Amino acid sequence: MTTQTTASSTAVTPAATPPTGLIGIPAPVGRAVATGGSALAVVSTFLAWTWTSAFPGDLTVYGYPGGLQVLVLVGGALATLFGLASYGVKGLGWLAPAGADAALKYATLGTFVTAWYTVLAISFDLGGLVNLEPGGYLVAAATLLALLGALALPFERPEPDPFDPDDTGWARFTHEAGHRWATLRAAFASGSPRPVRALPSHVEILIIVAILALALVVFTYGIGTGYDELFVGFLITAGFGFSALNRSGLIAHASQITARHQNITVCGAFVAAACFPFTQTDDQYATLGVYILIFATVALGLNIVVGLAGLLDLGYVAFLGVGAYAAALVSGSPSSPFGVHFPFWAAVLVGALASLVFGVLIGAPTLRLRGDYLAIVTLGFGEIFRIAVNNTDGTSGPDITNGSNGIASIPDLKILGFDLGVQHDIAGFTIGRFANYFFLMLLITAVVVLVFRRSGDSRIGRAWVAIREDETAALAMGINGFRVKLIAFAVGATLAGLAGTVQAHVTYTVTPEQYLFAGTTPPNSAFLLAAVVLGGMGTIAGPLIGAALLFLIPNKLQFLGDFQLLAFGLALVLLMRFRPEGLIPNRRRQLEFHEEADAPAVLSKTGA
Amino acid sequence: MTTDTTTKDTAAGAPAPGDTVLDARGVTMRFGGLTAVRDVDLTVRSGEIVGLIGPNGAGKTTFFNCLTGLYIPTEGEVRYKDKVLPPKSFKVTAAGIARTFQNIRLFANMTVLENVLVGRHTRTKEGFWSAVLRGPGFHKAEAASRERATELLEFVGLADKADHLARNLPYGEQRKLEIARALASEPGLLLLDEPTAGMNPQETRAAEELIFAIRDQGTAVLVIEHDMRFIFNLCDRVAVLVQGQKLIEGDPATVQGDERVIAAYIGEPMENDPGAAEAAEVEAAEAAAEAEAATDAAPGKENDR
Repeated sequence: MTTQTTASSTAVTPAATPPTGLIGIPAPVGRAVATGGSALAVVSTFLAWTWTSAFPGDLTVYGYPGGLQVLVLVGGALATLFGLASYGVKGLGWLAPAGADAALKYATLGTFVTAWYTVLAISFDLGGLVNLEPGGYLVAAATLLALLGALALPFERPEPDPFDPDDTGWARFTHEAGHRWATLRAAFASGSPRPVRALPSHVEILIIVAILALALVVFTYGIGTGYDELFVGFLITAGFGFSALNRSGLIAHASQITARHQNITVCGAFVAAACFPFTQTDDQYATLGVYILIFATVALGLNIVVGLAGLLDLGYVAFLGVGAYAAALVSGSPSSPFGVHFPFWAAVLVGALASLVFGVLIGAPTLRLRGDYLAIVTLGFGEIFRIAVNNTDGTSGPDITNGSNGIASIPDLKILGFDLGVQHDIAGFTIGRFANYFFLMLLITAVVVLVFRRSGDSRIGRAWVAIREDETAALAMGINGFRVKLIAFAVGATLAGLAGTVQAHVTYTVTPEQYLFAGTTPPNSAFLLAAVVLGGMGTIAGPLIGAALLFLIPNKLQFLGDFQLLAFGLALVLLMRFRPEGLIPNRRRQLEFHEEADAPAVLSKTGA
Repeated sequence: MTTDTTTKDTAAGAPAPGDTVLDARGVTMRFGGLTAVRDVDLTVRSGEIVGLIGPNGAGKTTFFNCLTGLYIPTEGEVRYKDKVLPPKSFKVTAAGIARTFQNIRLFANMTVLENVLVGRHTRTKEGFWSAVLRGPGFHKAEAASRERATELLEFVGLADKADHLARNLPYGEQRKLEIARALASEPGLLLLDEPTAGMNPQETRAAEELIFAIRDQGTAVLVIEHDMRFIFNLCDRVAVLVQGQKLIEGDPATVQGDERVIAAYIGEPMENDPGAAEAAEVEAAEAAAEAEAATDAAPGKENDR
């Protein structure tokens, strides 16, 4: 590996000019403007931004921020805090372990984009700038000032590479563009965070609880956004806010602390997820919650196959289908030809076993193939499943699955006398049907997470990764490649089948059209793979977050309509260009894709 | 590395070559019409370092692949401790033959320790259920594997880099790691495919000491190499492979002095010594070629665009 000496080492030597910002304002002025502007933006959210409540969220009230104003308030508050931290205000040092400047830039940028998006949305929706109240103008000006001030903060400019005098005009242009891009990136870069102090473990656990609570609040807010503008604003604020926290080094600190208490973090995350239905007053968003959870669980199962063992499976949704159909057939549904009604535990076993058998049957012949060929064959098997189910309707084939009508009116589950189909009141909270299934699904997710974590960090998990890395070398190390791959395939299939058994009951009906390769509604094979890749291969949190985003974005942004898949494709291309390791990168993959990063190439904890 | 250098004279006094570990008889490998290896016999006894040399394309690596189950020999058989080797490379490793590769094939995105742990695969049994249920047996086996892997890393001198990614190690250390990974499967015979390719003299010397240390632990070693000095220092016996056939086998001194070996590597001398006329002819041709190149170069530059 060639280690390249970049500008960072040369910049330490006294440069001719002191570091400057992107904008020619003196740094102290810029810092003051950025902090003051952000504070002003916070104040302005308490004013009215528009005169009519025709714009959703009711931004007409003085003294009570609503809708998008809350997001600007959060962004502005974050920016103000980072601004104060950059002054070295006592007690705020913990906010920015890696330096507050870059974080301030991201926070002001996020506030600016959210505020201006709001102002422009008001103007467009209601037809003209006249619809803005003074508060609207104020927030626009304040966030713009804050952004300009933040951009004036000094940073270390990268040294330009020398020109080749023989270069043609185009080569020179790309060279300059490359340098400008490097400068822009340097402007938003931050140093490496100082290591986190050793805290008493109960304090660290409290911090973990706070982090999880924050995550729950953010998720609940996102899932509960009622209109397009608010969800877009939420995505902008959350994205930039996360970047700002990342640049400030807080994310690095948080991951260090959670890494020390992995079991507590995982259990805490499940408790936090279980709290979600209690934050809801009706079943509307619990529905979304349970669908997200099904999608995420299946994606996590796929992550064993794709992320750990490196087997590109493009027909994975078929295993979900097998589990769902198996559970539906024994559920006592009137359209099932078997007419049996198994208790839930037996249905789960049947579903998981059916998927296991199906997985082994498909895996045994196909896993002798490598790479692209495996992908093509699994894609084919996924479609074969759907077509076979479509045709076993009594006319084209034996009457098993009721063809394209599917198996309808699947009865609700009753577990130990607890009817999941009806509403329950627990400690004053109303827990509806979907919330009941949410809890059940959470249990399945916990099983999948447990299997993923434990198998990943073991002899078999290492064999999977070794096969992914270099199959020939793995064979030469005594790993029975076919057997190990078949285990990965079968485990992945079984976990998907497990999720399928619950899905059948949640959706009342299973039809072949739910299990496509690609469609507009997740889960389908393409979206599952996208969730894994988007979130981060080989991690647990990655597919969960990827699945949540991939489910919520099409669901919330109805205005995208027919352009949904186009936007989705564009977003994937951009992501692969700028963050190929996914949103929550496995440490391993991050090192793989970003060799220039000067992070010490040490993995502290093996596995995911 | 702290292993003491075992040199030739002590090697002679070292445990005398014992039972036959590897016995290849009449190994022939054909790819379509091409015979890469023809009727090669080779034995390796325990406690021995055997070298396999030959010019490029002589079939050394093909022969190696026949030994390790990557190829199934067209004719002949390979026995390891009197058992015919199974035709699958993972079964060969399980039987007790471990190997390294000519072009390093580490698991680049795994840590150094994980690489060695993968090498332990055949000597451990914990399967999927054991990993998920995590009984006491699992923890015990895992701890034992880690301990053994750490020992091996200490043995090759990489213990302080256990948490580094394999891809980030310098070249010489990657070679060492490959050897440690192979040793983790507790082999009776270690096959090294050009272990010093691309190394500087110091690294070569260190590799030599490492191989002696491995031999002293009771593992037989079969090594392919181009570096003659290295191989003649190291090996108890050397076999020469030329165009797929074994030319000669014997102790280093015999092989070194053999005319056919020199001929195979450097080419045969002309039948008569080149006379003055031939020498002058060659010089004239060279001068002409140079002059042509010089005149060509100048206009060539301008047309370059």
